[in-house]
Amino acid sequence: MNESEPAKIGPFSRRTFLKSLGTTAVATAAVQAQTMAAELEKVNAEKTIGPGTVPVTLKVNGEMLKLQLEPRVTLLDALRNYSSLTGSKEGCDRGTCGACTVMINDVPVYSCMKLAIEAQGQAITTVEGLAKNGKLTKVQQAFLNRDALMCGYCTPGFVMSVTALLRKNPHPTADDVRHACSGNLCRCGTYPRIMEAAFEASGVAKVAINKTEVIPYA
Amino acid sequence: MPDPANLSWPKETKYISKSTHRVDAAQKLTGKARYSSDIQAEGWLYGMILRSKWPAAKITNINLEKALQIPGIKAAILIKGNERTVRYYGDEIAAVAGTTKIACLDALKAIEVTAEPLPYVVHEDEAKKPDAPKVWDDAPNLSKPKVTEKGEVDKAFSECATVVEGFYTTQVQLHHPMETHGNTVSWTDEGLTAYASTQGITSVKDGFAGSLQLEQSKVRVITEYMGGGFGAKFGSGVEGKAAAELSKAAKAPVRLMLTRFDQGLAVGNRPSSFQKIKLGASADGTLLAYQLDAYGTAGIGGGGSSEGGGGGANFPAPYIYQIPNTRVSQATVAINAGSARAFRAPGNPPASFGMESIMDDLAVKMGMDPLELRVKNDPNPVRQKEYEVGGKRVGWKEKYKKPGSSPGVIKTGIGCASGSWGGGGSKKTQGEAQINPDGSVEIRMGVQDLGTGTRTVLAVVAAEVFGLKPEQITVKVGDTNYPPGPGSGGSTTCASISPTALDTCTNALNELQKQTGVADARGENWFAACKKLGVTPLVVQGKFQDGLSSRGAGGVQFAEVEVDTETGRVTVKKMTCIHDCGLIMNTLTLESQIYGGTIMGMGYALYEERVMDKLSGALLNPNFETYKLTGLSDMPEFDIVLINMPERGVIGIGEPSVIPSASAIANAVANALGVRINSLPITPAKVLAALGKIPAPVS
Repeated sequence: MNESEPAKIGPFSRRTFLKSLGTTAVATAAVQAQTMAAELEKVNAEKTIGPGTVPVTLKVNGEMLKLQLEPRVTLLDALRNYSSLTGSKEGCDRGTCGACTVMINDVPVYSCMKLAIEAQGQAITTVEGLAKNGKLTKVQQAFLNRDALMCGYCTPGFVMSVTALLRKNPHPTADDVRHACSGNLCRCGTYPRIMEAAFEASGVAKVAINKTEVIPYA
Repeated sequence: MPDPANLSWPKETKYISKSTHRVDAAQKLTGKARYSSDIQAEGWLYGMILRSKWPAAKITNINLEKALQIPGIKAAILIKGNERTVRYYGDEIAAVAGTTKIACLDALKAIEVTAEPLPYVVHEDEAKKPDAPKVWDDAPNLSKPKVTEKGEVDKAFSECATVVEGFYTTQVQLHHPMETHGNTVSWTDEGLTAYASTQGITSVKDGFAGSLQLEQSKVRVITEYMGGGFGAKFGSGVEGKAAAELSKAAKAPVRLMLTRFDQGLAVGNRPSSFQKIKLGASADGTLLAYQLDAYGTAGIGGGGSSEGGGGGANFPAPYIYQIPNTRVSQATVAINAGSARAFRAPGNPPASFGMESIMDDLAVKMGMDPLELRVKNDPNPVRQKEYEVGGKRVGWKEKYKKPGSSPGVIKTGIGCASGSWGGGGSKKTQGEAQINPDGSVEIRMGVQDLGTGTRTVLAVVAAEVFGLKPEQITVKVGDTNYPPGPGSGGSTTCASISPTALDTCTNALNELQKQTGVADARGENWFAACKKLGVTPLVVQGKFQDGLSSRGAGGVQFAEVEVDTETGRVTVKKMTCIHDCGLIMNTLTLESQIYGGTIMGMGYALYEERVMDKLSGALLNPNFETYKLTGLSDMPEFDIVLINMPERGVIGIGEPSVIPSASAIANAVANALGVRINSLPITPAKVLAALGKIPAPVS
């Protein structure tokens, strides 16, 4: 699964940190190194976040979510347990099952592997943010039509992965779908139907290599 | 008008045996479906469990004080007392509840446990030895074998034209539903309400009432949605009781879901099996004699001191085929590991692997076609049809070649195996229909939808009886306040609820027509008839009726594989699955069950195995990066054939599809290589070892 480079960590970015270091370094060019080190420590202490809670603002499904979180809280934990967005599921909490997949700026991301503070300032889309006015998206409708879900616990993750794929690549091959879903697991065994649903949503008329048939006994 | 005393399934149908989309699909696809792990009761707390890091130890003291000092922690409890013996890595010790997950993680680290480690054993063959550390102090690890004998076995073997012997082993498999075990529980003076991730709300209610000594009328269990169970989610469990006690102590609702790590340790698995089999046949391939000497482990077993942990590793033997002379000996060996639980078709996948493997080995030795050997010895007439249909569809005659004769580095092979399952409906099932004056309909039943499509089946039956569309029916399940439904295990749900729904809806229709004077209230007359009810809804009950369902379903599967003899990798190219399932209720969701079972069987064949570490007694692969599940990229081509048999009534199909898949794949691998891999899962290392390219992997 692709993970977008964290542009900003809390109030910092890599660039602002280096900048502050640069200014400090210039200002202390003439004094002893010891003073410089003390100065650096002071600057860093000011910029350290946590271990206590800090205000965190997340843009989720177009709305601003203002939370007070310890910096170590994951995006998944923030969504599921500090707000009411429980559509993203926790299956493993260590980036192996994909049930927690959300989109950040249209890129699928494991929300259990990203800190909430890292996700600030970016457009986060969860499964709750897809259907507008009660109308399912093409991907959701295709999942429904093809019965590409059973217990449904992995389903939000697969829907996000397939949605992200089709936004980037509207006419995927079977290998593209396999690659896009390689970070998602399903224990009920809906995979063949998910492949069909991905193709149906992309507008490819005839999909599957699979056959099903009902015959009488007699 | 249907006669309530003599119910039967309609011959001409609009929805039954057709394909209806899942009625709750949109809820699941939009994130609105509330699973037990999604419940956010007012003031709820997070709950977590501390588990033993010792495979065996005598715990002398547990100090919760420091955990209680962690900011946000509201309660901490001991799970089985302060001084006790733990018998496996993962045994529950204590639990905490706090305002956040991270507070709970900190609190678990702060709990001080003093213990004296004890000797342990985590491998079956070592546990069998007389001088092995004892899992239970006053009972042997190895149980006395259960022995059954039929006919004259030794005499029959001496008369066989061909006799083969083999040793076949299957691994411990973990359930790993995507939603872990757990509950959100609120226990106050008024009573206890649990949102449980369960396959049996009634069993959870019974469990809470029993373990907490509560009146059953004070316990309510709700399961709106649950994320899979596969046999492991019955009863309130240790984690349920802990959540309840934490709730009472903290005076707040507690959501305690297991972590994925926990899931691999303590909430069930499929027992292993080690099967020494001897099979003999006459010159024409008629099976004459069978002998089995088997053992396996169910971990520590049932949780009390008893030999072999109390059994649990036995399986049906001989499997499926008719053999006049048989001798079967089966034992269970206890090890220091989590207990087994029912797992989709308990006993059957290992039974199938041993039997179907030696059937092919016999056929090869005799120079006989393995499909013909099956046709000759399988007494079941429905499976006879399935061999015929499946054989033609896969082109067995053209594709089956002498084992190992496939040329080149990547070898192809084909294999066949069968399965059988009982199932049947629960006579205790009851249901209720409410017809509202505005024509809307509610069907209420205390059953739960595991993802099999239970809601949809109820909607299909109601729509059929009332002449409405399935989407016009509101189905309410997953609440012990509704009339009692079955636990969802053993492929019994559909066969329980469908007859009950037919009875309930027929009663309701008759009552509606009687009260309103409308001769036929169905279809286009529905809303006018309902309007005549005035302001009072009609509520009518029904119950399970005989003659509408039956038991006994099976299937035959064919696997086509490619085996790379340089890497040892097995690729399943095609699965052909021929299954009988009585009267089909909903074709779409039934097909999904066949896909699902077969895919789970592929994992059993090739990828899944619980690995215990002899040096530490710990589970080595509690996560998905090391416990490998079948993924989308592993999907073969599927050809699924369902044999509709309305004359048999409704039969569940959850288990049969998982049974023969691994055996068929293993036979296809043996056919490709010309050498048998006698052990599941068939890993690249085992393939290369069987080809003599590397030493045998250490188990």
